[in-house]
Amino acid sequence: MSIDLQTVKKIASLSRISVTDAEAEAMVPELNNILGWVEQLGEVDVSGVQPMTAVIPNHQRLRDDVVSDGNVRDKVLANAPQAEHGFFAVPKVIE
Amino acid sequence: MPNSTDKSALTDLTVAEIRDGFRAGDFSAREVASAFNANVAAAKALNAFIVETPEKALEAADAADKAKAAGETLGALAGVPIGMKDLFCTQGVQTTAASHMLEGFVPTYESTVSGKLWAAGAGMLGKLNLDQFAMGSSNETSYYGNVISPWRRNDGGNAALAPGGSSGGSSSAISARLCPAATGTDTGGSIRQPAAFTGISGIKPTYGRCSRWGIVAFASSLDQAGPMARTVRDNAILLEVMSGFDPKDSTSLDLSVPQWEANLSSDLKGKKVGIPKEYRPDGLNAEISAMWDRGIEWLKDAGAEVVDVSLPHTKYALPTYYIIAPAEASSNLARYDGVRYGQRDLPDGAGLQDMYAATRAAGFGPEVKRRIMIGTYVLSAGFYDAYYTQAQKVRALIARDFELAFEKCDLLLTPTAPSASFALGEKQADPLAMYLNDVFTVPASLAGLPAMAVPGGLDSAGLPIGLQIIGKALDEQTVLNASLAIEERAGFTARPDKWW
Repeated sequence: MSIDLQTVKKIASLSRISVTDAEAEAMVPELNNILGWVEQLGEVDVSGVQPMTAVIPNHQRLRDDVVSDGNVRDKVLANAPQAEHGFFAVPKVIE
Repeated sequence: MPNSTDKSALTDLTVAEIRDGFRAGDFSAREVASAFNANVAAAKALNAFIVETPEKALEAADAADKAKAAGETLGALAGVPIGMKDLFCTQGVQTTAASHMLEGFVPTYESTVSGKLWAAGAGMLGKLNLDQFAMGSSNETSYYGNVISPWRRNDGGNAALAPGGSSGGSSSAISARLCPAATGTDTGGSIRQPAAFTGISGIKPTYGRCSRWGIVAFASSLDQAGPMARTVRDNAILLEVMSGFDPKDSTSLDLSVPQWEANLSSDLKGKKVGIPKEYRPDGLNAEISAMWDRGIEWLKDAGAEVVDVSLPHTKYALPTYYIIAPAEASSNLARYDGVRYGQRDLPDGAGLQDMYAATRAAGFGPEVKRRIMIGTYVLSAGFYDAYYTQAQKVRALIARDFELAFEKCDLLLTPTAPSASFALGEKQADPLAMYLNDVFTVPASLAGLPAMAVPGGLDSAGLPIGLQIIGKALDEQTVLNASLAIEERAGFTARPDKWW
């Protein structure tokens, strides 16, 4: 299965990466090369095989339901490109 | 022991020699830190560091000297300065993952692994360059420029060579004696391949040994931190400090840390070494193949028995990896949205969605974008089962190959990389050719197994080539011991001539 320019633009949009037409065109053969190569996995007989979920057997842990962190608002905001009044600031969103 | 006035000799010492010499009073921690700081400052041509922190190295050294004078208990790495891959968040020191996206990001917290190293007395020489978001095998994807290997071919030319990737700043800095050891991270070979390219050692432990907390995430089911250094013993020393349970990482293994250094032994009597035939494809580089044969003889000489084994799904490991790793990356890197940290690109009049897309277009390099898009595609509606689920099934088969092989042997010996280092620019035009560098390292990553690169010798061009030991899950000791047996027999003492 090969992807076309329209698909590349769709993937870019899903990825939230803006691309110019020229960039998208350059990506068509690149992505097709890689996808064509990984498609060889289709030939592997995987009947009865469960997809791997953990490489090393481990169990999910529960912790006590108590506050273990918090009160670090200024630290959380310290690297924000724009923070105002103790919040992250973003451009106006109009739906 | 070197004369304490001979500064250049201090930077030739191993971690163990620095630790022991400092304790014995042969030199002060400040002398060691100053000597390495001087080497770092004089090696700009290698571009191994993104940020240099000589003051941090001196601060830790002074604390070590003071603790020693006061007769206090010294940490395992007291007096030892190291380099920190710029993928580990360091409190108060810029952490970029070699990206423009995180330029200027100064963490307000410390990663678990780096915190353990500082707590053990190590000092930070600086943040080491790497492939952007650890995606690359040659260190050509960093926003801060290529790292140059200190090695050169013996053909009289001076082509700039790749230090390997993604931990290429680490490998370059160690082999050039800018630091005695450094941290690395390994998702598909990012510790082992750069170690092989530069004639040093490095170990990726079992998945879950080292906490991932505070390490900039690439592919979470594969990412593992590990040490890089010039000797196997030094790797054991660092790995003991870096490992251990961390409740802040849900995949951290709740196990005690073995005494790897104390239990080092190159006597392999009773051990069976598996030689996987699939790692010798037609057309394997003759010098790599010959080095592998020499490695087999070395392990036999150490008392091991050699058996042939088969890992039939090996050829599917790379394509499996290039579905799973980009899929996880596309999810992990969704956090870079220009809102909470890092760069923001806000075109005039742009709304929120436009800001996301513009920020990510400007903040990510081409290889990172390529992998995010591949990952987005294989996870998208209608393709998820054909790509991602299929890859996770093949991954289970690859892991089962190893389990079956380990019924017949205790460890595996393979080459680390299919070639010695190549010239910068040589493979950049073709992403697939670059991906093939990891053909021997990716399978152990997919199975979460401990694996180590150790130098074996020089090829006819005068460049290091190495061997890889893969062990059973949690059996780092056998991996280290077999690597030590190779190290003792290889007698690898070559080092790059200083040109930088």
